[in-house]
Amino acid sequence: MSNSHADGAPPKRTIDVVNASLKRRYARERRFRLVGLTAVILGLTFVGLLFADIIAKGHTAFVQTYIQLPVTFEAETLDPAGTRDPETLARANYQAIIRDALRSEFPDVTDRRGTRALGSMISVGAPSHLRDMVLANPDLVGTTREVWLLADDDIDMLMKGHINRDLPESERRVKDQTVGWIEQLEAQGRIEKRFNTIFFTTGTSREPELAGIAGALMGSFYTLVLTLLISFPIGVGAALYLEEFAPKNRWTDLIEVNINNLAAVPSIVFGLLGLAVFIAIFGVPRSTPLVAALVLSLMTLPTIIIASRAALKSVPPSIREAALGVGASPLQTQMHHVLPLAMPGMLTGTIIGMAQALGETAPLLMIGMIAFIVDIPSGFTSPTTVLPVQIFLWADSPERAFVERTSAAIMVLLAFLILMNLGAVLLRRRFERRW
Amino acid sequence: MSTTVDEMARRTGAMSSAELAGGRESRATVGDVTCANPRMVCRDVDVFYGSTQAIKGVSLDIGKNEVVSMIGPSGCGKSTFLRCLNRMNDTIDGCRVTGSIKLDGQDIYDKGLDPVPLRAQVGMVFQKPNPFPKSIYENVAYGPRIHGLTNSKAELDEVIEGSLQKAGLWNEVKDRLDKPGTGLSGGQQQRLCIARTIAVSPEVILMDEPCSALDPIATAIIEELIDELRANYSIAIVTHSMQQAARVSQRTAYFHLGDLIEVGETNQVFTNPKHRLTEDYITGRFG
Repeated sequence: MSNSHADGAPPKRTIDVVNASLKRRYARERRFRLVGLTAVILGLTFVGLLFADIIAKGHTAFVQTYIQLPVTFEAETLDPAGTRDPETLARANYQAIIRDALRSEFPDVTDRRGTRALGSMISVGAPSHLRDMVLANPDLVGTTREVWLLADDDIDMLMKGHINRDLPESERRVKDQTVGWIEQLEAQGRIEKRFNTIFFTTGTSREPELAGIAGALMGSFYTLVLTLLISFPIGVGAALYLEEFAPKNRWTDLIEVNINNLAAVPSIVFGLLGLAVFIAIFGVPRSTPLVAALVLSLMTLPTIIIASRAALKSVPPSIREAALGVGASPLQTQMHHVLPLAMPGMLTGTIIGMAQALGETAPLLMIGMIAFIVDIPSGFTSPTTVLPVQIFLWADSPERAFVERTSAAIMVLLAFLILMNLGAVLLRRRFERRW
Repeated sequence: MSTTVDEMARRTGAMSSAELAGGRESRATVGDVTCANPRMVCRDVDVFYGSTQAIKGVSLDIGKNEVVSMIGPSGCGKSTFLRCLNRMNDTIDGCRVTGSIKLDGQDIYDKGLDPVPLRAQVGMVFQKPNPFPKSIYENVAYGPRIHGLTNSKAELDEVIEGSLQKAGLWNEVKDRLDKPGTGLSGGQQQRLCIARTIAVSPEVILMDEPCSALDPIATAIIEELIDELRANYSIAIVTHSMQQAARVSQRTAYFHLGDLIEVGETNQVFTNPKHRLTEDYITGRFG
């Protein structure tokens, strides 16, 4: 180096300057890495806490308390005429035979209050369970069987420890008398927790022990299928047209800006739009997968269009030139060469859009999905609710037993979301092109 | 399309007039642009990218069974001109072509003319080998299939074998026709692209620097191939290598900043250039 210093210091070699600054540069690098690592750890911690909390609260919902009782299917009560007519059997008083079974199990309870307390140990859904048993097998009438009957949610909570037996009687929902009976049943091995099939096979209910996610799950399924059928073809078609065929002018610029804007519109606005347009103007039935799918399609379209355009952009232009060069028409070029290469990217975007739609709540509240619907939907136009809305509804319910059901439903929803995102990642890995 | 007007305009204007040695002199084409047996006849072709003029009044014939090479410094418009010959420039927004380009007497820029069948008649091989990410067989079969050139599988197989043989690739790939075309070496890929082009039996083949991405051995094979193809096709080739132009072509056209400066027999252009710019370029004074 030839630069002379005014203060007369000896000229420095470049390497000395570099070495002097090296320590500082490396320190900065270490700090940056540390900050990044901290951010990652912090993020993972919160996700971990979230999952731990949900699983801790929700895992008990997957088992349910049952009480075993020797039930006598009295011919006199159920079928006095002896015809075994299904209609008579269906209308018979099954509540009565449960009461009788309880009475014979606890013969020392005689007063009315005690009898009522006894009866409240068994779920209100138990009689219909017995009815289904008899209807499936009319020969049961006149026999005595050991039957596992669904316990009431308070008993279930007590068994799972959510109601503390050590609290003074006045502060808990289950009275000492009932606790005594439970302990007696426990000693006999007549009360136990079994896998909660009801949770996965029924719709919602006012009674926590009878409430399930099947209705919401099927509602989500129908909605999602329809959303996919509507938004994928439209989204891919729009992306293909805008990216490959449309002239680049002020209008297409305007459209592009607005598609990006649409992606940022709060989802509740789409709900209001659905209410005003699809329900009020076109008369689409409310609370149905059809109207939900229409609204969610509007919401996912920008995501799909943006992802599809990015996928189309990443297809090298040389492929288009090659196809055009041998005389393929523009549409053939797109269909035979560009689209297949862009498809993994498009599908990834679509799955992410679908996952978004699966977890969406706000717009669906606007179009009537918040209604209390017990039936499992049978098609695209039957009233239903969807998983996230079901979670919202349960979270609002006062019963202690709905807390664990809320968490369990969240676990199911998260499982589906994770599965879908995993699918997107695998799809990308599987079909990624190597040129 | 990835190539925008701006980009093309920048490319064609890459060389400013300040870089030119000496003052302005006539840019009128020197030499005879016509040939005895023309297949394509271009007259006064102007090409604009937006408001930039990339080609200025170029006239040139491409004869039957001859190889015409186009040389010139980067950004001189030779590729642009080549892409006009099968209307590949249609895919670039804002590109405008005036003048007349005729293929066997038919104006290819005629309003009613469909560029799709034109491209079946005027095939193109690109600078970078661009096989479809499909099997070797499918690569060659694509053209005949979309045009419905064959009636049976046997006939198609025959066309594919014939094309690969003409492209000098058959012996190397006959046992692995179902393997992806992208798995071949660079030179093989370019020959596969040539096979794909000749599978639709075009009349003219345009080659845009077909060897620029290849090593000398692959280049030699392709050059030999071009010489053989001349028996059946008319070929226009853009090249940066003057040696290549000298080796493969019968006539040479020298482009400079959008002007066609000189056209002549290849021998004459390289040994006895008439225009000073041509002489400067081939003697290596610039370019």
